[in-house]
Parts: sequence; C-alpha cells; structure tokens
Amino acid sequence: MADGRATAGATNNEHQRNAAASSSPVLRVPLLFLTVFVIASCGLIYELVAGTLASYLLGDSVMQFSTVIGVYLSAMGLGSYLSSHLHKGLAQRFVDLELAVALVGGFSAPILFQAFAHTHAFRPLLYGLVAAIGTLVGLEIPLLMRILKPQVAFKDLIAQVLTLDYIGALAASILFPVLLMPKLGLVRTCLVFGLLNGLVGLWSTHLLKPLLGNRRMLRIRCVVVILLLGTGLVFAQRFTLMVEEEIYADEIVYAKDTDYQRVVITHGRGSFQLFLNGGLQFSSADEYRYHEALVHPAFSLKPGAKRILVCGGGDGLAVREILKHQDVEKITLVDLDPAMTTLAAKMPLLRELNKGALLDRRVEVINQDAMVWLNEQRPHEPQALYDLAFIDFPDPHTYSVGKLYTTRFYKLLRKALAPDGITAIQSTSPLMARKSFWCINATVEAAGFQTRPYNLSVPSFGVWGFVLASPAPFDLPKTTLPNLRYLTDGTLVAMFAFPRDMDRLPTEINRLDNQVLVHLYAAEWKRWS
Amino acid sequence: METLVLMRRRTFTAGAAALGVVGIGCDRFKRRKHYGGEFLGPSLELGHRVRDVQLPSPATYEEMDVIIVGGGVAGLSAAWRFEGQNFKKYLLLELEPQVGGTSRAGGNGISPYPWGAHYVPAPNRDNRALVRILQELGAVESFTAQGDPVFAEQAMVRAPEERIFAAGQWWEGLYLRAGMSKEDDLQYKRFFAEVDVWVTWRDPQGRRAFTIPRSKCSDAPELQALDRQSFKQWLDKKGFTSERLLWLLDYACRDDYGTRLESTSAWAGIFYFAARKLNPGEESRPIIAWPEGNGAMVNHLKKICQDRIRTGIAVSQILRVSPDSIQVSGFDSKSSTAFGWKAKRVIFAGPQHLAQHVIPTLWTERPEGVTAFHVAPWLVANISLRDRPKEAGMPLAWDNVLRDSSGLGYVVATHQSYRDHGPTVWTYYYPFTGLDDRAERKQLQDMDWQTCVNLVLDDLRKAHPDLDRYVARVDIVRWGHAMVQPRPNFLFSEALRRAKEPHQGIHFAHTDLSGLALFEEAQDHGLRAAEEILEAFGIVSPSWR
Repeated sequence: MADGRATAGATNNEHQRNAAASSSPVLRVPLLFLTVFVIASCGLIYELVAGTLASYLLGDSVMQFSTVIGVYLSAMGLGSYLSSHLHKGLAQRFVDLELAVALVGGFSAPILFQAFAHTHAFRPLLYGLVAAIGTLVGLEIPLLMRILKPQVAFKDLIAQVLTLDYIGALAASILFPVLLMPKLGLVRTCLVFGLLNGLVGLWSTHLLKPLLGNRRMLRIRCVVVILLLGTGLVFAQRFTLMVEEEIYADEIVYAKDTDYQRVVITHGRGSFQLFLNGGLQFSSADEYRYHEALVHPAFSLKPGAKRILVCGGGDGLAVREILKHQDVEKITLVDLDPAMTTLAAKMPLLRELNKGALLDRRVEVINQDAMVWLNEQRPHEPQALYDLAFIDFPDPHTYSVGKLYTTRFYKLLRKALAPDGITAIQSTSPLMARKSFWCINATVEAAGFQTRPYNLSVPSFGVWGFVLASPAPFDLPKTTLPNLRYLTDGTLVAMFAFPRDMDRLPTEINRLDNQVLVHLYAAEWKRWS
Repeated sequence: METLVLMRRRTFTAGAAALGVVGIGCDRFKRRKHYGGEFLGPSLELGHRVRDVQLPSPATYEEMDVIIVGGGVAGLSAAWRFEGQNFKKYLLLELEPQVGGTSRAGGNGISPYPWGAHYVPAPNRDNRALVRILQELGAVESFTAQGDPVFAEQAMVRAPEERIFAAGQWWEGLYLRAGMSKEDDLQYKRFFAEVDVWVTWRDPQGRRAFTIPRSKCSDAPELQALDRQSFKQWLDKKGFTSERLLWLLDYACRDDYGTRLESTSAWAGIFYFAARKLNPGEESRPIIAWPEGNGAMVNHLKKICQDRIRTGIAVSQILRVSPDSIQVSGFDSKSSTAFGWKAKRVIFAGPQHLAQHVIPTLWTERPEGVTAFHVAPWLVANISLRDRPKEAGMPLAWDNVLRDSSGLGYVVATHQSYRDHGPTVWTYYYPFTGLDDRAERKQLQDMDWQTCVNLVLDDLRKAHPDLDRYVARVDIVRWGHAMVQPRPNFLFSEALRRAKEPHQGIHFAHTDLSGLALFEEAQDHGLRAAEEILEAFGIVSPSWR
C-alpha cells in the first residue's frame, strides 16, 4: 500500500516543481518529516479499519480486504493525479486537506456502523468513503513534497519522505492489531487517528507559518475539527457503548436497540457472538452443538414430521437444522422481534451461518409474542396441528420472558401440538441453575406432558439442558441423522444421562400467577456472576 | 426517615391542592395537545332530568310481572337469577345506553378496558354466587374433593401483580419495603397479626367476622363496636404509627371505599384485609381479573338476559296504585316518548339517592335514608398509549401505584392478554375523598375534559416523564356517585338496615345497601331481591346465595 502511494507521489511531484519554488522561506524541515510519519500511519489505519469493519459485517474477509485495498489504492492514484491541478496556496491547501482527512477518515467507522444498523446503503457508503479517504490521502504526500521541494535536495527529499512514509505504515500495521483493536476498538481507533490528522493540521499552521497568510481562520477551522472529533470520542459509546465493551469480551460489530430488545453482535477470536439484552444467544464457534441438540432428538422420535413450529429462535439456526430433514413441509417461526428475524435473513454474517434458512419457501415468519400468538390459535382441524415444536426462548430473566415458561404457556402449546406431537424446550443450565432447570421440567409435566430431560456441553454457555416432551408416552430417541457435527447415535443416547450434581430436585411449578421461575433463576445465576 | 415522612406529607398536600389550581397551573405549561379523547357517560343530563324536571306521564301502561329498575350488577344479577329459574316475565330498564353501571367496560383497537370495577378476589366456596358466575365464565376449572373451587391459571392476575413508584423508581409490591426500619417491619407484622385474629374469629352461630358478601358476616356486638370508631382511631389506639403502614392502609381505604383513614369505619378498614383471607397466616386470596375488568362478568350476564333489557329509559316514578299493582313510569330518551308498566313487583336496583327521587312514598316512610348515604365521586381515565414509556426499576405490573399521589395509579388492560410490548391502555383512577361529598361531586362535574386530562397526565408524569410522546387518546368518565362510603356509625345503622327492606312491593338491590361498593355485594343483593320475589310468587327453589 505504501508502495503505491509513494510512487504516485513521486511522479506527480516531478511535474509540479515550479509552482512551489516561487517562494522559498526557511521551514523546519525535520519536523515536517515527522508530519509525514504521522499522516502515513493515519492513512493506513483508515484503510485497515474499513477492511476489518467490512469483513466483520459482511463476512468473507479475503473479498472485503481485497476490494477495500483495491478501491483505496486506486483512489490514492486519483488523488495524486488531482494534486497536479492545485497551483496556488499549497500550504493552506495542505492544512485544509488534513482537516478533510481528519473528518472523513475519523468519522468513517462510526458512520459505517450506523449505516449498517439503520440503512440499506452500507456497501455504497463503504466504497464511497474508502474512495474519498483514498483520494484525500493520495493528495497529502505530493502536496507536502512540493512544499518541501525548495528546501531539500530532490534526491534527499524522495528518500526521506518515502522512508518515513514506509515506517509510518509499518508502525500503524503493527499497532492496529496489537494495541489499537484490543484497547480502543474500531470506532475509537478511527476517531483517535482522525484527531491526529486534525492536530497535524493545527501543527502545520505553525510549521508552515512563513507560507501562510492569515492563519487565524485556518486555526479556528482546525480547532473546530479537533473539537468535533473530541466530542465524537466522548460520545463514542453512542456507537459502540463503552460500558458494553466492558461486558463483551470481543469487539462490538453491530448494536441496535430494536423495539423489543438490544441486539449486539461481537466478533473476535475467530468467531462471532449474538447477544440479546446482554445475554449470549450463541457463539458461531459452538452453536452447532446447541442447535443440533435442540432439533434432532425430537426428529428421531418423529422422522417423518411435516409441520414444525419454532417459538423464539429468530436467528434461524434451529430452522437450519430442521431443514436437514427431507419430509418437512412447513415451518412456522414465531419470534417477537422483526428486527431480529430480518437481520437473520439479510445480514450476510448471520445468513451464512444459518445457510439462508429463513429465506426457504417452507418457512413462515410470524413476528409476535409467542404466547399471544398461541392464545389466538384455534386449531380446529387436526391437520393444522404441529408434529414438532421447538421452544427456543432466552432464559427466564424477566417476567415477560418468564411467562413463556409457565403451565399456561405449555398448555397453550399442547393445544397447538398433535396428540402424539413432540416438543423440545431450551431449559437453561441444569448445572448452573439446577432448580430452574428442574422447575421447567416439572412445569412441563404439570401441563400434561411426559418429559425426558437431557443435557450436553456447549462451551460458550456451559452445560446446557433441554426438555423433550410429548402429550403421549414416548421412548428415548436412539438414532439420529448421519454427518452431524456433534450428534451421533452414541452422543444422542448419552445426553439423557444426568450426573449426580445435576440430578432432579423437587421444585415448585411455574404458574402465570406466581412466576416462581423468574426469582429462582435470578437467585441461581447470581452465584455465578 | 423523618425527612421522608415530611416530604411525603408535603407532596401529598401539594397534590391535593393541585386539584384546585390545576386549571391555572397547566395553562402556563401547556403542552401541545397531540392526542384525542372525550367524556363518556354516565349521562349526567338524563340522570339529572329525573331529579329536576317533571317528565311527561305515559298514556298507557303495559302489564309485566316484574320490572327491574337499574342495569348495574345488582339488576343484572336479579335478571340472571330469574333466567336461572326460567322465569321470563320481567323487564330490565336501564338509564344509560349500556348496562353494567360502574362495572362496565369499553374498548378500542388496542384492547378492551374497564370503566370502573376491574377485579374480584378469588372467592372461597361459601361465596356461591360468585363461584357460580366464575364457573360460567370458565374461570373455575374444577373443584377439590372438599368442594373448593380451583381457578384457571389465565383467570388470575399474572405476575407481577403490583408495584409502587417511590423515590424516583418502581418497586415490587404495594408495601414499600426499601428503606423500611425495624419498627416499620414490626408494625406491619403486628397489623396483620391483628387481622389474623379476626380471620380466626367465629361468633356463636359459627359465622365469620369478615367475609364476602357482607350478609354472611357476623353482627356480634364487638363487631358493631368496631364500626363506632374510625379506622384512624382504632389504629391510634393500637399504637400503629409506622408512616408506610399507615400509607398502605389509607391507600386501601381510598382504593376500595373512596374514603380516608379518618372517614372510614374501623370495621370496613379491617374488612378490606380480613375478608380476603381464608385462614390466618395465609396470603390474601389471589385476584381474578380480565382485560375489560368486571365488564367481562357484566357482558356475560347481559348475554343471558339481553332480550329483556331496555336501555336509555329514565324511570321517573314508581308508585303502588293497588295492592297488586305498581305503576312504573319511564321516559325513552331515544324516541322521546313516555312509557309505562304495571308490575306485580319491582326491583329497584338503582342507587339510594335515586330511590328517594323516584319512589315518592319512600321519602316520608324512611326520612333517615335521605342523609345517611355518602357516595364518593370518582374520575376514571382510559389512556391509550402507542407504546410503553421508559421507566426505572421494577417492570410494568398489572396494578401500578404512585406513592406520592392523590390518585390511585393505573391498571394495564393488556396485562391479562399477555401483551408485554407495544400499544396498551392504562385505566387510571382518581377518587374524591373529601368529607363533603356533594361539594366534591360539584367540583368533578365542573371540570372540563382538558382539566381532567391535565389532572391525570400531571400525576402520571411523575413516574413517566416522557409519557406525552406515547399518549394517543385520553377518554374520561366522571362518576358522580361511584362508591358508597363506609363511614363510621353507618354499617350497622338503622337507616342501612331499613333500606334493604321491601317497601310497598318494591324490593331493593344495590351495593349501596351493604355500605361497601363491591361486585359481590351488588350480586348478593340482586339475588336476594330476585329470590324474595320468587318466594312471593310461590316459586320454590334452592338459593343461589
């Protein structure tokens, strides 16, 4: 990258020597070379930020980095070319240029995150911004070299500017992954380097003093830009929520307050994670364990199941597993939040993971509170009943989610289920929240189901539990699909064994009018946090 | 602690005073009105015409065995009893366009909602009438081997039931536990120990001291003694000083009776708590509620007898003309014509203040009844919200109470339909608890819609500063005669006792006659009046009461 910029800079410089040579007051050359170092690192940082951000949000990092670098370098070429059209007041032009880079580069990451969360114009904006930054950065070195031309012998000028340009790039490329990303994150790294560009502008009004006329307006402009970026830095939590960054181990690449919840996606350590209201829903590293365990045991009891109900599960990952069964004709997915199901259907990162499950023609997405929806169902005809139901809600940490774990909910579910239908219910951790787990199991029983609880280990969650249930008696499942990543016939059977420290405890029944589970759950998880 | 108490006092006084200056205060901070709404019934105009104007006399009189005057819960329950006996020779006349009285419901695209009474405590098996209607509504699922009703999960208020706003945030429950002292806790427990004494108590005939309906309560001298003092006097005598306990008890009085500690009979004060418990040490009975409040029960009763209901009829006079004939004169507001009926018996199921106006002979025979009844006026507002306002602390419950307020807070209509997100309707209650209930009524009657809306929203903004962003509509009902007040020396008075007695073939049924405004009391009187008449007609059947 630094290569392309230097070459372009040098060529253009050759053609434009006359304009700068007209006046030749003495400048502090060594300090101006330091400027080269700083702007070189800034330029590279913006490029790295754009490439990283694009690969987080759009997936396929090879493609994203290649296209971002390509657009950036060609834009730099354009910038270098355009520099030949600048003739007068080069020093002032340079200061203004720094301010422009500071603003466009510095705010690029926050703008892109917001655009991703709130608009459909992410890609055009991404490449537009990359092109704009590239063009501006492409102008920087040629201008500076022309300013320095009268002071330094040409061979020294080329050598020193290019050396510092490369060293600056090196510094940036090392700092970015080692220090900046882990400590500051994308948004604040971007703003900090914008601030550096702004400071270079302000500093240059001092360094280039002999070449500048009225510096007052120029300095005011510099201060305004610096203040803007400083404010941006202070309000950086508006974009990434600094408080949240304390909670989340990895970089937040997407955050949005929907009408119902706060959706956060983080990216790091080779995987990404989805959080709803701060609660981890899955990590792409091990979600297959969870979703295979949720879906396939029920199918092994009813391999030919045709009509499937999914409550919750707006990420589409359970649906991905369901679609592995050939006989499925219809999947009704009831998830409260349209923003979540839209994200799962459209955001490339999620769509890749769920294999476009929510776009399958057999899937009908209904955005409603599952309890309200079930309460409004009047399945008169037996063929309208569901063969299987997968209940994949967040843990019962509030009353509004807790109601989805009550006898009333399970009774409504039973009405929607065929008389020999099977349901699998996510039931929190039988190790960390043992009473809560068995309370859910007892509540399902109290609603008129036979139950078979089971558990497995999902590293990012811990030991996790499910309740398999049916209104009719049923045997333990024995065989499952071949070629799954976690489940085999052997692991399937093993999930139904409970070690002594997770064994059944007597508990109350979670009813709509008492919601004991919410209190139980809060008390049990408090011990682990 | 001291400052807390002072603050509450001050805020409370300010709240009460605000009522007087609300019109002035709000003009200054006038917000842009971006919501609609209107006054809905009761028809003050038609009601007052009965009182003030001579309505035309009917030309002819239609024969009918029984006329029920008044389609509130008492009148509807009488009709329900007749229908249960397959006795169809009756007609129910209602002044308003809708039956249900203060238990009636309204609704919009968001949700049905109550216009007044909105719940009943789950009855024990002794309250057979309430168990019966709840069973008809599907709220009773089965019975235990002992015969106790088992209530359907969905009929009971789902958790969380109630919360209180104090010190800038919401807290679980109605009794504020945060920041309470040891003494507060002790007094709280001691009060409920006192209640438990009465829960255990039985008179020589085996009757409870306090149960619902009142007709099943004992009238032993020690209970009558309780009625001769105010709740405040009783609490003082027992040494209850805890400010937060007294707040809770005062709230209970305002909420159930439209009275204050000083203006409530100690009998009624204890009744509120003791009648809701089956055994000492138990939790209060669970609450049964519907999105539309007790309107669900009203609509059920209405469906059963709808062929025999005539609405919009103002009854102007009830007069016995011969030993077996009572003349009922009415005026149909829709056709502006006078109608008349000749009935063998009449059930007057309207409020007492109306009885004095339309039954001319009552005035002379029971003069004490004219001044004995005090009835609190209430303002009820239904606030339709586009979405839920942001707030701090405990999340939205069914019943939401503001501690530093003269209002009673609000119930959430969508709570019982499981909806925790999106548009909702809040039903807000404000009782006028002043001692001069006539003056209070006048004050309420003189308030225009905007003044009422300001009163409501100013109160709610204390807990929901961004409320205005979400308000889509505010509809208001001004109940001039909402709830009979159980003031001291009234519940066992001669006036109240005599008011229940039939008068010249006219039987009385109304919650006023219990001195307590409760669905169960109205229902009990309705059944009593209907059964008195069935008996007089020689129709024998086991009582539903």
